[in-house]
Amino acid sequence: MPKRARAFAIGIALALAIAACLSATARAESGWPEIVAEAEGQEVFWNAWGGDERINAYIAWVGERVAADYGVTLRHVKLADTAEAVARVLAEKAAGRDEGGAIDLIWINGENFAAMKENGLLYGPIAGLLPNFALVDVAGKPTTLIDFTVPTEGYEAPWGAAKINFIYDSARVEAPPRSMAAFLDWARAHPGRFTYPAPPDFIGSTFLKQIVIETMADPGLLQAPVPDDATFAAATAPLWDYLDALHPHLWRHGETFPTSGTAQRQLLDDGEVDISISFYPSEASSLIAQDLLPGTARVFVLDGGTIGNVHFVAIPYNARSKEGALVVANFLMSPEAQARKQDIAYWGDETVLAVGKLPPEERKLFDELPLGAAALTPEQLGPTLLEPHPSWMTRIEAEWLTRYSR
Amino acid sequence: MAVGQLELRDVTLELAGRPVIAGLSLTVAASDLVTVMGPSGSGKSSLLAFICGTLDPAFRSTGSVRLAGAEITGLPPEKRRVGILFQDDLLFPHLSVAENLAFGLPPSPAGRKARTARIEQALVEADLAGFGGRDPATLSGGQRARVALLRTLLAEPRALLLDEPFAKLDVALRDRFRRFVFDHARAQGLPTLLVTHDPADAEAAAGPVVELAAAGAHRATGAERAASAREPGVAMAKAAR
Amino acid sequence: MADALQPVNLAPPAAAGRSLLGYAPALTLALFLLPIAAGLAGTWLPAFGYLPVLGRTELSLGPWRDLAAYPGLGGSLRLTLISGVLATLVSLALTIAFLAACHGTRLFARLRRLLAPLLAVPHAALAIGFAFLAAPSGWLVRLASPWATGWDLPPDIATLQDPYGLALAGGLVLKETPFLLLMSLAALDQAQARERLAVARSLGYGPVAAWLKTVLPAIYPQIRLPIYAVLAFSLSVVDMAIILAPATPPPLAVQIFRWFNDPDLSMRLVAAAGAGLQLLLVIAAILAWRALEIAIAYFGRFWLTAGRRGGGGRVAALGAGAGMLAVFVLAGGSLAALALWSLARRWQYPSAVPDSWTLDNWARQGDGLVWITGTTALLALVSALLALALVLACLENEQRRRLHPGGFALWLLYTPLLVPQVAFLFGAQILAVVAGIDGTWPALVWSHLLFVLPYVFLALADPYRALDERYTRSALCLGACADKVFWRVKLPMLLRPVLFALAIGVAVSVAQYLPTMFAGSGRFVTLTTEAVSLSGGADRRVMGVYGFLQALLPLAAFAAALAVPAWLYRERRALSWRG
Repeated sequence: MPKRARAFAIGIALALAIAACLSATARAESGWPEIVAEAEGQEVFWNAWGGDERINAYIAWVGERVAADYGVTLRHVKLADTAEAVARVLAEKAAGRDEGGAIDLIWINGENFAAMKENGLLYGPIAGLLPNFALVDVAGKPTTLIDFTVPTEGYEAPWGAAKINFIYDSARVEAPPRSMAAFLDWARAHPGRFTYPAPPDFIGSTFLKQIVIETMADPGLLQAPVPDDATFAAATAPLWDYLDALHPHLWRHGETFPTSGTAQRQLLDDGEVDISISFYPSEASSLIAQDLLPGTARVFVLDGGTIGNVHFVAIPYNARSKEGALVVANFLMSPEAQARKQDIAYWGDETVLAVGKLPPEERKLFDELPLGAAALTPEQLGPTLLEPHPSWMTRIEAEWLTRYSR
Repeated sequence: MAVGQLELRDVTLELAGRPVIAGLSLTVAASDLVTVMGPSGSGKSSLLAFICGTLDPAFRSTGSVRLAGAEITGLPPEKRRVGILFQDDLLFPHLSVAENLAFGLPPSPAGRKARTARIEQALVEADLAGFGGRDPATLSGGQRARVALLRTLLAEPRALLLDEPFAKLDVALRDRFRRFVFDHARAQGLPTLLVTHDPADAEAAAGPVVELAAAGAHRATGAERAASAREPGVAMAKAAR
Repeated sequence: MADALQPVNLAPPAAAGRSLLGYAPALTLALFLLPIAAGLAGTWLPAFGYLPVLGRTELSLGPWRDLAAYPGLGGSLRLTLISGVLATLVSLALTIAFLAACHGTRLFARLRRLLAPLLAVPHAALAIGFAFLAAPSGWLVRLASPWATGWDLPPDIATLQDPYGLALAGGLVLKETPFLLLMSLAALDQAQARERLAVARSLGYGPVAAWLKTVLPAIYPQIRLPIYAVLAFSLSVVDMAIILAPATPPPLAVQIFRWFNDPDLSMRLVAAAGAGLQLLLVIAAILAWRALEIAIAYFGRFWLTAGRRGGGGRVAALGAGAGMLAVFVLAGGSLAALALWSLARRWQYPSAVPDSWTLDNWARQGDGLVWITGTTALLALVSALLALALVLACLENEQRRRLHPGGFALWLLYTPLLVPQVAFLFGAQILAVVAGIDGTWPALVWSHLLFVLPYVFLALADPYRALDERYTRSALCLGACADKVFWRVKLPMLLRPVLFALAIGVAVSVAQYLPTMFAGSGRFVTLTTEAVSLSGGADRRVMGVYGFLQALLPLAAFAAALAVPAWLYRERRALSWRG
């Protein structure tokens, strides 16, 4: 190529590149159609807990849909614990990697969200950017805006709602216990047939929270951060007494605990325990449909109500494919995705959308969902208790480790 | 020590269907020395292995071995009390000379003092006094060969097999060591079977000679026929087929 | 006649300068010692409080104090030590007993042929299968219940994730015994075992006593380094521990790994201190073992020279044979469990086989599985090929320059296998982040290369050096240059060992867990990382699919290593027979 033509070509290329960079930053701040256009062809690494195969299958379906509709390639990075993703973003920030991070989207809530928000690790606010956020039932589910007493401020997009419930095998258990005190009696009567996952697993931690709410003299304290050590010790003393009384009657005499809720569910299926703890009320029906639990499995809740919360997705501040992540987050809140998520044939996780306010064709998606053999109606599910402030849980988990991890 | 004769009866060794040794019968009287000669591949070492009880399972073997009147064919090698000396001295490198000899000693002189005395006595006999603490690798070829023989003899065998033990020694040493071996074997009254391809060994042995041809045939040589004429008491190797 | 030939100068003419090949050893050493050195530095400095990225620049003992104060540390240490030392002792005892009592038997020959496939199975897959086998509601109990045991419901006995780490020790034994057996067999070939046994038996020693007294002292120095590697591995394994050991408290290595992933960044310092403790633990264990060796060697002399002949060895043969057979059966059973689960629809306690079958588990995995398998296979091939190239370059260089590497080189080679992975991978990750390559293919391949290289070298060194050098000499005398000799004479003759070493490299790479987690920064998912993260879950059917696939890749590599030379040399008997 002659010298002058070559220089000319380089000049054009350079100009185009600069223009592209400038317009890219401009585009990030503009509206939804621009975001969708930018997202096309991006590869989104979604770090999400991978311990449940049905959820993994659902995420794989999401990948197919966003690839077909938006040209976004979704990669599900299966985590054993969301804290791993938080740690990674932290490490990247500490190493100065403010762009092109390894994680684009995180399935998150509670302590992990609080940690990321505090350390400035999140991109956002994003909720306002997503069209489907308008469909969310913020009035009926205030926890879509307040995550474990921490305001989301739009930094995370709601995905699903969870509520603690218990699964038992009706072929082996006639009268399941309906309160934490009754649990203790039941465990004494049936030694070795119950256990709970070890904290910091989220189900194990929530089980502890359930005990705390029932045994604490003043549960209102839980909605605010821990005031001081003395108050903490006094408030949680009944919890430790309860556990000390419970552990000798547990599976393996309380010397070993299952590593997660799903591990305990396997124990239930294997016949090693009779009761397991779940976060999704439709999970039992879904598991029966997928041949992971016997057909005699049923669900029960506590008379005083069980803890419920909302889980979200959030985008790290240094994500490489932010637009792709936004597109995925928006799709997750779409009626199609929410209905399929609530379908017990696939997952059974409750929707965050205000179903009553949806247009008729989309409302039909929800109305036609099968209820399932082991499902409870919303009335039977009972009242939902609020999650405590994350600081309580962090300290309870640490104290549990000190006392029981020898 | 009950020493008798070593008898082989109708020994046949087959490898992959082909006979390596066919129908060999042989008697070695106490204190006698029979030499087995033959080219490579004629089964000399296999014959010794058969007598020892360490024959490779790839061989099919029939026939019997009797030692001092007792049948030893079915016994495991460690129960046969047949000593063997190989071409390589095979002194265990992880043991000193005295420890090698102690290895060969049976449990009966128990206690360290008794055993050390016995070993020292053996070393003196072999003109190796004071060599007990040495590393076998520091000894010369001839010295190692003598220690190897001592070790074999200390185990109080009832027969002695020699698998070309002189082949690796220098010509000068060979004669001395040969006499050393034959003298000790005779002194202990052991029936001895020597396998070699060196005619000088057979001459020095001055006993009956069996020649193995390839493919199992064997015949007694003239030296043996002459020997039998001289000493009617010595049993002869019979050529069979 | 051969002695009359002058040694041929295999080095290239001086005018050409130092050939590229001469750099191979230096390059190889740099490639894998550098990350280890950097990794150790990157882990020990934070252990004393020095981590500039977090703003900590003062050296202090704070992390060590936090480490000591952490709840459950004593339990972790106890668990680690018991499971690690027990596993090594049992593996070694089984190996020695088997060799001593069963050499020459038919069982020996049969099990020897199964060694390579068994070694190919990655330990995570084996652990998952074994977990199902050994659980109180697992396959072994299901096979016997309720007709033999009367257990309608599984018993509340901790056979899995027990507080003493016995299940972990069991799983480790399944993997380590075949490894030690293989290394011992290789040592046996050079130890004149048959002759020594013949001498000892002719002196009246029973077969077991003869072997123990005359052959074991000869081969032990050759298997010392593999034993240390096994000890180091047992004390610092993470993936098998996650599956088989309890979680509260977990073994030390797992705890360290968790600390490294804690969102509370200051835990990184505690993790670094823990990694330092892990390294010290392994060093102390190896030193203690060495002391034990010396003591046994000293007292052993009395036993060696006392003259007691030992018995016929039949009881020993039965016991050792049964023990080794149990190892193979359990390992095979673990694999079979994975296969069965992958085809099962519903398998309830106490059914002995799945209640209903389906192919859905495989069909449903689809795209994701293809991507993951592809990543795993590609990574394994690339690392193994790179390692092979380096090893061949080093070996060829060694022969051309007539070098004789001493024992020190062997220790260097074993370093990645002796230093616990968790003790240096964090620092290596920092190195990768600083160099800007973390989360990329080069970093991932490099991290796998670290561990693949020693095994490939060990597998190829002996066959390569054992090749009769007169072939090389003849070829050179026929006018071929050294490179041509390498490509046209040596490689074709060594095709079988080369492919075998390649298969071993593939197997080692597929089995890696921590390196992928650290160097890949979560962007790379292999069958192993997937299997381990799924192992806490509750769908054994999917675990079966991943576990079985994980085992299948190395087995395929070994099958190819056997089949390719057999086919290529179908007309050449000398090369197509078992070498």
